[in-house]
Amino acid sequence: MSHTEAAAMEVHSATGLSSRKILMWTFIGSECMLFGSLITTYLVYRGKSVVGPYPEDLLNIPFITVTTFVLLMSSLMMVLALAAVQRGDMKWGKVWLFMTAFLGMVFLGGQVFEFTHFVHEGLTLKTNLFGGTFFLLTGTHGAHVAVGVIWLLSLFLLAQRGRLTQANAETVEIAGLYWHFVDVVWIVLFTLIYLLV
Amino acid sequence: MSATGATAAEGGDHSHEGTYSGGPWSWITTVDHKRIGVMYGLSAFFFFLVGGIEALLMRLQLGSPENTLIDPDLYNQLFTMHGTTMVFLAIMPLSAAFFNFIVPLQIGARDVAFPRLNAFSFWLFFLGALFMNASFLFGGAPDAGWFGYANLTSTQYSPGMRIDFWVIGLMVLGVSSIAGALNFIVTIINLRAEGMTFMRMPLFTWMTLITSFLLVIAFPAITVGLVLLMFDRMFGTLFFDPLAGGDVLLWQHLFWIFGHPEVYILLLPGLGMVSEIIPVFSRKPLFGYAFVVYSGILIAFLGFGVWAHHMFAVGLGPVANTVFSATTMLIAIPTGVKIFNWIATLWGGSLRMQTPLYFSLGFISMFIIGGLSGVMHASAASDLQQTDTYFIVAHIHYVLFGGVMFALFAGMYYWIPKITGRMLSDRLGKLHFWIMLVSFNVTFFPQHFLGLHGMPRRTFTYESGLGFEAMNLMSTVGSMVLGASMLIFLWNVLRMLRKGEPAGANPWEGSTLEWSTTSPPPHYNFRVLPTVHSRDPLWAEDTGDSMPGDDPSVADPHMPGPSFYPLLSAVGIIVMAAGALTTTFPVVFVGVGVLLFGVYGWAFQPLEH
Repeated sequence: MSHTEAAAMEVHSATGLSSRKILMWTFIGSECMLFGSLITTYLVYRGKSVVGPYPEDLLNIPFITVTTFVLLMSSLMMVLALAAVQRGDMKWGKVWLFMTAFLGMVFLGGQVFEFTHFVHEGLTLKTNLFGGTFFLLTGTHGAHVAVGVIWLLSLFLLAQRGRLTQANAETVEIAGLYWHFVDVVWIVLFTLIYLLV
Repeated sequence: MSATGATAAEGGDHSHEGTYSGGPWSWITTVDHKRIGVMYGLSAFFFFLVGGIEALLMRLQLGSPENTLIDPDLYNQLFTMHGTTMVFLAIMPLSAAFFNFIVPLQIGARDVAFPRLNAFSFWLFFLGALFMNASFLFGGAPDAGWFGYANLTSTQYSPGMRIDFWVIGLMVLGVSSIAGALNFIVTIINLRAEGMTFMRMPLFTWMTLITSFLLVIAFPAITVGLVLLMFDRMFGTLFFDPLAGGDVLLWQHLFWIFGHPEVYILLLPGLGMVSEIIPVFSRKPLFGYAFVVYSGILIAFLGFGVWAHHMFAVGLGPVANTVFSATTMLIAIPTGVKIFNWIATLWGGSLRMQTPLYFSLGFISMFIIGGLSGVMHASAASDLQQTDTYFIVAHIHYVLFGGVMFALFAGMYYWIPKITGRMLSDRLGKLHFWIMLVSFNVTFFPQHFLGLHGMPRRTFTYESGLGFEAMNLMSTVGSMVLGASMLIFLWNVLRMLRKGEPAGANPWEGSTLEWSTTSPPPHYNFRVLPTVHSRDPLWAEDTGDSMPGDDPSVADPHMPGPSFYPLLSAVGIIVMAAGALTTTFPVVFVGVGVLLFGVYGWAFQPLEH
């Protein structure tokens, strides 16, 4: 047992892992159930709409493939950001953090464009089951991306003011865990909604 | 660490007044797991009484046939809010009170892993509970049952804000529960004392861990169901509209995929408490510790594979019904294993017949009755005769009241001396036990027969001449006595606060770490973090080495400072909820603003002051 003066609250870890990381991993487990239930709802109602427009009338696979690629690249930026912060290279750390958030915003922009287009084509939440399930599922994902963008921009601004340094690499790592998770969810959605249309 | 620590731990008679001293602001901003536990306990018990009064009103209405005391509309609100209140606002937070107060002490930690997240969970629960009950003042309470089946909950059949209160309130409570559960998972995994391996953890800590995993995995399903329902009601989506291809059974699936694990969320903490109390009052270690742990895990695991036994009557077909009958019956095995382990622990022990053991034995016997009627309607064929009758009402009250509430009372009698530093009266406790046990059975046992004779649930009255009168009257009289038995408990608590004997550090000669520190424990729980070498550290031979005590040569440990931001963040969410309820979106944005301000303030406030 340690005989330190207990000057600060001991950072105790029975497993040797960071508590914050365990928290994020467990939270991601819970999020899997959330998206799992939403995806199940989408699949159960697939092909059950009694009026159009139907998925095959609207879904623009080439366009979404591009935004999917953008989102995947943002994960690469995230990896680079973490690596830079971990080695104390805050100049590039800031660049990659910003780029991650920026590509996230590009993805969101694509989603806004897609949603607007669908509404113009006559698909709203109220039109049919496809409208309800599609907007709810991709919208929930988009909301997660938006939270991630706000988080990354907050980290970027902290880094700008010199309040995010190599010592806080774990903070970036945890944001990265979230970001990669949101990215993985999109790969599942892209496959189930667009590729299997 | 010197051997003198053990003697210091026994000097627990000087209670640490500092644990609870300070004005209201110090409670509002507290991040201390003990204070948060006390606040959880007080508010949960308050809502337990509210839900109880709702039940008594229903029993008064059913005391005689064709009674007009309560009209059908109010009756619907009462049974909906009784179920919702008891599940979400009474039993779950009462368990959370014990998670908060006891678990960090049992694992030898100074607090939970995320103290401010813990405060946030409490405040969100508390405000969410007030939000849900505020519905009584604004056009009536939710009235579609605690299960809220679609499409009874659609705007067509349930206009007004009643169901919106329920939908939004449950979402808020879900966020609170998930945040709390995440915190306890991390706390138990990562803040265990040195030497406390998983297989040395106290059973209550084990069941808390399993319950927390259930919460984290099960709540998202109902959250999605609630989101679908909210979208149907607010934005006109068609998720539960059969005319547009929607499937009302989707709601039932989503609800019960959450709802059945929820039964074990309610039950497992009670199983953990009883597994702590029986060994201490039998003066021997728990029989088959590993079996009890693994049965708990198995119950939780199987609990996810039985949800459709709530839906036998909807026509899922013989294959689905058979599978879900079989999985449901399987759960009887690990449950039975636990019961045999408790009995084997009692067997040959030198029993100390005190109130906590009384309630534990009451729990075992009542829970067995509830379990037996449960296996009866695990059979789909049998269930078709019993579903939606008072037989099911009798069953759930035998498992949730006779089971869980008896266990929770056992836990209260066992741990309140640790919480307050004073002893409850054993004589009053036993009086409470006997009156509660007898009146509970008088209330609920006749309901088995009422159900088998065909009396339907959730119906505000019944005609005379059907043979229901005598047993309903018996049930009503029993319920009044049952309600009155709570007054004995409250009197016992008040008496204790006024003139209860000092408890000392370890009044029951318990074996787990919470009994090694003073009652109530100091702000920092343990001046020196303990090391353990066995499952029952306080019973071990080498207590001198393993017990931390209160080594005065060590300075007071620094603890997290108070914070106002958790409450502020919770307020932000409630403002959002109020905005969504009234579909005034500017209010929602104000709520988002308050939440963001709270979260940023929280993130940038240093943990220590």
